[in-house]
Amino acid sequence: MTTYIIRRLIQALIVLIIVTLIVFFVMRLLPGDPIIIYVAQTAQLEAMPPEMIDNLRAQFGLDKPIMVQYVNWVAGIFRGDFGESIFYHEDVGKLMAERFPVTAHIGVLALIVGAILGVIAGLLAAIRRGKWVDKIITPLTYVGITIPVFFLAILMIYLFGLRLGLLPISGYTSPLEDFVKSTRQIIMPVVCMAVFGLAANARQMRSSMLEVTHQDYVRTAWAKGLSERMVIMRHAMKNSLIPVITLMGLGVGMILGGSVLVETIFAIPGVGRLMVSSILGQDYVVVQAITFVIATIVLVVNLIVDISYGWLDPRIRYG
Amino acid sequence: MAEKSGYITGTQEAPPRVSEWRRFRRVFLSRGVVVFGLVVLVLVFFTAIFAHWLAPYDPYKPGVAKSLAQPSWEHPLGSDILGRDTLSRLIYGSRTALMVGFISVTAAGIAGVGLGVIAGYSGGAINLIIMRIMDAILCFPMLILALVMASVLGGGIWNVIIALSIATIPGYARVTCGLTLSLRENDYVLAERAMGSTNFRTMLRHILPNAFPPLIVLMTMQLGGLILAEAGLSFLGIGIEPPGAAWGAMVNSGYQYLLKNPILSFAPCISIMLVVFAFNMVGDGLRDALDPRLRGLL
Repeated sequence: MTTYIIRRLIQALIVLIIVTLIVFFVMRLLPGDPIIIYVAQTAQLEAMPPEMIDNLRAQFGLDKPIMVQYVNWVAGIFRGDFGESIFYHEDVGKLMAERFPVTAHIGVLALIVGAILGVIAGLLAAIRRGKWVDKIITPLTYVGITIPVFFLAILMIYLFGLRLGLLPISGYTSPLEDFVKSTRQIIMPVVCMAVFGLAANARQMRSSMLEVTHQDYVRTAWAKGLSERMVIMRHAMKNSLIPVITLMGLGVGMILGGSVLVETIFAIPGVGRLMVSSILGQDYVVVQAITFVIATIVLVVNLIVDISYGWLDPRIRYG
Repeated sequence: MAEKSGYITGTQEAPPRVSEWRRFRRVFLSRGVVVFGLVVLVLVFFTAIFAHWLAPYDPYKPGVAKSLAQPSWEHPLGSDILGRDTLSRLIYGSRTALMVGFISVTAAGIAGVGLGVIAGYSGGAINLIIMRIMDAILCFPMLILALVMASVLGGGIWNVIIALSIATIPGYARVTCGLTLSLRENDYVLAERAMGSTNFRTMLRHILPNAFPPLIVLMTMQLGGLILAEAGLSFLGIGIEPPGAAWGAMVNSGYQYLLKNPILSFAPCISIMLVVFAFNMVGDGLRDALDPRLRGLL
């Protein structure tokens, strides 16, 4: 097990280095000179003498060779220094520290809702295969994995927000400030983000449960005269959960990607919305930082998933 | 007598011959939802090809109807703020969706399968380098990567296609690499090499054809995801430029008039969902018909 963990850690480190290379060099391919964009936003370009532009370039470190810039950027990350936003004139680390908790609040809730409800739905569909429970759940999971996030959002806004007036259609309040208002505001975004994971988990749970029920040890459990509850909970479900765990890694990526759409629709000041506005405003320092942090989160989550997978299923470790 | 018994002569009665195509067709068409998906896809294809004849009005011409007209006989789905016919725009939008989907899936498929075969067949350092790069690309959620790429490359449908292709390469590379690793251990590959076949020939003639069924299933399922991603991008205003018709962009512009004219954003949403659903179902059907062992894997 230790060698397995060490091997996976080294692998993850290599991938992380490649991630920094991708983020850095892709952002350097941006059309247009970031300094010109910066100047154009703050003052008249014509009125600015060339020396001043050169000074600014030196100030942002953009006059150095590209490899030096890369090393400086990576070194900055280790110090928690992500650079300064061109648009907000603020430290990007600080900007992200304001926005990430919002996305995490909604994303983690969505992940939990999707995992719990997904597993329960899949379990019910599998143990009552072909019965009415299954006949309702299974088609719904198909809808869940195909519905575009923004359709679900618009549908809910139209129905619960505009027609019935039950829930606020936009905005975000910190739960520490006003818990009830905050909860009402995040119901729809959380549902939007949870649906894909919920449906995917339910499908995976159903099919792995059905697979496990044919295994010898489950038949043995039945033959021992155990109750249905014991067979399902203690024997069948435990092993069916293993493939569902892999989906967690996928789910985190989906939620972070989906936050871009959901936060835009519901006007939530999270990291996804910051990403979109920074892309449209060509604020490359912010885009670079967010992309890097998101990729790192996905990488770490997948690393944890892989290690726990190896711990739960010894066949993987030695494979 | 001895000659009657296969047990002694070592021959056995051949199983009844079932045409591979007939078996495929029977399994593929055995599920209602798969047939439904197939019908939807055929209809959408025809709509996209014959958009010019099917659309009742010019999709780009403003003022063919009143601004934000409600559905009527002349304009079954009403019109948008500029007075453009929604149905016509919807019909032309199918072209954008299918074009982005098919070109991206082909480009990413070729690149990903190529990289996967090379990585799996060569093994060693080459495998390590290619697969770690693929792992790194997979760390970026598809929408985020496409968003960044599209902003780097600039808008426009071709840049969206490039962005989505790059984002989906690792999926094919991973599957192909895994398949190649197991396929190259087969005796027929060894025999081929003993006969002096070049590596390139072995990969092309022996590994690829055997890796084909899972790949075709993966590609079909990816098509749905690609169309969803394209819709997401054009919803955010990145991708196709106005006045071009894309479903995602139509949702975004119709969304502002949600209460007054909900059909403006609902109609393109439902189109996206139907097409994505259809691709997923056909992918499911193909998987069951081509190789049921892939169940749960793809």
